Amino acid sequence: MYRPHVLVCCGTGCTSSGSAKVIETLEAEIAKAGLSEEIKVTRTDCFGLCTVGPNMIVYPEGCFYSKVNVDDIPEIVAEHLLKGRPVKRLLYKKPVEKDTITCLDHTDFFRKQKRVALRNCGIINPESIEEYIAMDGYEALGKCLTEYTPDQVIQTILDSGLRGRGGAGFPTGMKWRFAAGNRGQVQKYVCCNADEGDPGAFMDRSVLEGDPHCVLEAMAIAGYAIGATQGYIYIRAEYPIAVKRLEIAIEQAREYGLLGKNIFGTDFCFDIELRLGAGAFVCGEETALMTSFEGKRGEPRPRPPFPASKGLFQQPTILNNVETYANIPQIILKGPQWFASMGTEKSKGTKVFALGGKIHNTGLVEIPMGTTLREIVEEIGGGVPNGKKFKAAQTGGPSGGCISAENMDVPIDYDNLIAIGTMMGSGGMIIMDEDNCMVDIAKFFLQFTVDESCGKCTPCRVGTRRLLEMLEKITAGNGTLEDLNKMEELCYYIKNNSLCGLGQTAPNPVLSTLRYFRDEYIAHVVDKTCPAGVCKGLLHFYILPDKCRGCTACARICPVSAISGKVKEAHVIDQTKCIKCGSCIEKCKFGAIITK
Amino acid sequence: MKSLEELRAIKAATLNKIGICNDDADAVKVLVGMATCGIAAGARPILNAFTEEIEKRHLKNVAVSQTGCIGICQYEPIVEVYVGKEEKVTYVKMTAEKVARIVNDHIVNGNVVTEYTIGAATINK
Ligand SMILES: Cc1cc2nc3c(=O)[nH]c(=O)nc-3n(C[C@H](O)[C@H](O)[C@H](O)COP(=O)(O)O)c2cc1C
Ligand code: SF4
Ligand code: SF4
Repeated sequence: MYRPHVLVCCGTGCTSSGSAKVIETLEAEIAKAGLSEEIKVTRTDCFGLCTVGPNMIVYPEGCFYSKVNVDDIPEIVAEHLLKGRPVKRLLYKKPVEKDTITCLDHTDFFRKQKRVALRNCGIINPESIEEYIAMDGYEALGKCLTEYTPDQVIQTILDSGLRGRGGAGFPTGMKWRFAAGNRGQVQKYVCCNADEGDPGAFMDRSVLEGDPHCVLEAMAIAGYAIGATQGYIYIRAEYPIAVKRLEIAIEQAREYGLLGKNIFGTDFCFDIELRLGAGAFVCGEETALMTSFEGKRGEPRPRPPFPASKGLFQQPTILNNVETYANIPQIILKGPQWFASMGTEKSKGTKVFALGGKIHNTGLVEIPMGTTLREIVEEIGGGVPNGKKFKAAQTGGPSGGCISAENMDVPIDYDNLIAIGTMMGSGGMIIMDEDNCMVDIAKFFLQFTVDESCGKCTPCRVGTRRLLEMLEKITAGNGTLEDLNKMEELCYYIKNNSLCGLGQTAPNPVLSTLRYFRDEYIAHVVDKTCPAGVCKGLLHFYILPDKCRGCTACARICPVSAISGKVKEAHVIDQTKCIKCGSCIEKCKFGAIITK
Repeated sequence: MKSLEELRAIKAATLNKIGICNDDADAVKVLVGMATCGIAAGARPILNAFTEEIEKRHLKNVAVSQTGCIGICQYEPIVEVYVGKEEKVTYVKMTAEKVARIVNDHIVNGNVVTEYTIGAATINK
């Protein structure tokens, strides 16, 4: 059995550049090293790279040596064949193609980003606590416990200007301060909201899958700040990989004594457990989350009392979003001024967005607050594919609204988004182009809230359904101008009278599309057309007589026999029979059938 | 954990081990994106293919590891290769066939397989 194989090229090219001499020396050196029994030297035919000959390949590695000189042989034998260390300087170097970017960091996609919450995602092994520690993990917790008083921790978070990333944007430091009274005398809880239910959002999931320890560390810091000893993470069961990595992380943190008793040799004790949610959108709302947590039906309850005074099991509780927590260790380590130096006046730091829809680079991006939608779409996102025109971006999912092209240069932060009629939300961002019908988009999101309404209060349960019916009427071509006014009125009624955030924000997609794309609504109700060609109810199928060859294919496929005509003569579609299934269009080989 | 010193000792020891940061110019680290996006796009067989290929070639000093989502989910499976202190290389839309070439050309012979990298996938238009 030979260990390495050395293949030396003995094609015409290499022979003329001296491969015979190379082999001779090689065999002699191998014999001298006493390796003849172990190493097989084979003479091969041309490798095809004659200009850089003599060439030689060493297996099992597959090292390709080029321009091998007789003088190089002793080194190859001594270093590579004997010690197993390839001789790097002799490896064949392919000419570098200068124009291609080979590293993600140099792409427009990456350059505009600023990674704080996602700093370790895609860098460390999420199942290794050591790698997290190597990236300064748990250093912030140690610093808090040994150098800061709990009030100093809260002050640091306040100074940083960090606001909740779960949607509402409430200042995190303030929330902590509300829950900070009577430390050590009452049972308190630190909770993490990992319910993430909006369609199209996966920011929190990615943080938990890529860097679970940073959330654990931040929760322990929060526990120290408010005087809690127990933390809970409420996570949806549909996130199995995130759940598994969290379980591993908690186990490792306990083993290292970073959760448990007397952390860093202090009096501080803290532990974390997981609770799996069944995936109802309303359970992301804080009071519903806690009710569900207690084992009851996941329905919201009126506030006050706020969770900071009466939360989980009637005890003072803070609930923060995953991404909110992910920022905290960095704020402690780099200081609140560093964090506050990023972003806009009232929105500090960065925000993660899950970019999706009609955009080149779908994925996860983290940008400083104040970045414009134009930068996100055109630079980071790489633009709208297929040469289509950008129409709008939906932020805040079913609770938010759209940003239209006219507002593309508005710096994105909490307050600016509210001002233009949408909201930050948790970070879903869906890009739409000219092929998207805005009425249809509003209908889509409303359908979602109708399904997810918990049914506890009437304005939301009944109101959203009525609103959806109005939208269905419009997209079916039966709407009137009066319906638009009625719809608006109903929207405000639902917003003002619903019990929880779900109902209060459910009409937003309708209101915002009415505000920016009223002409599309009017086209639906007055002209009875869908400008984007999406709403089937408003489409009409026609056969162009001059293109029709009378092949009868469409007449045969039509499920309601709406198409008639003689062989080799132009066919016609009976509009009263047509159910707009679109089967005929697919069948026609001559492009004779169109929609209007 | 008893003290910050103890934590920092773990940090130092790990930094020495994990390839990216240590001083060994030959150390290679292969990171396979294994968040939901990566796994759904087929990252597991890619990770296995790397492990097999590296074993088959008896390569020492090459570590294969999983990591989270790097952000460009559309281009998954994504693999990033770090060689010593050189700039990392991002390979996208990986397949098992691409693995063998990357190991042979890049990891063993030091030639980046440009046509599999992010730039070739027109992320930058
Ligand atoms: C219907 C509804 C769903 C929500 N879903 C989530 C969610 O999935 N994740 C989340 O962090 N916050 C969600 N929130 C916001 C939470 O109620 C709460 O404001 C947030 O978790 C507080 O954390 P933060 O201050 O760190 O943002 C939701 C709110 C409503 C009204
Ligand atoms: S607003 Fe909707 S989701 Fe909220 S409590 Fe009322 S019915 Fe339930
Ligand atoms: S399939 Fe096209 S070409 Fe044939 S009969 Fe119908 S419309 Fe005319």
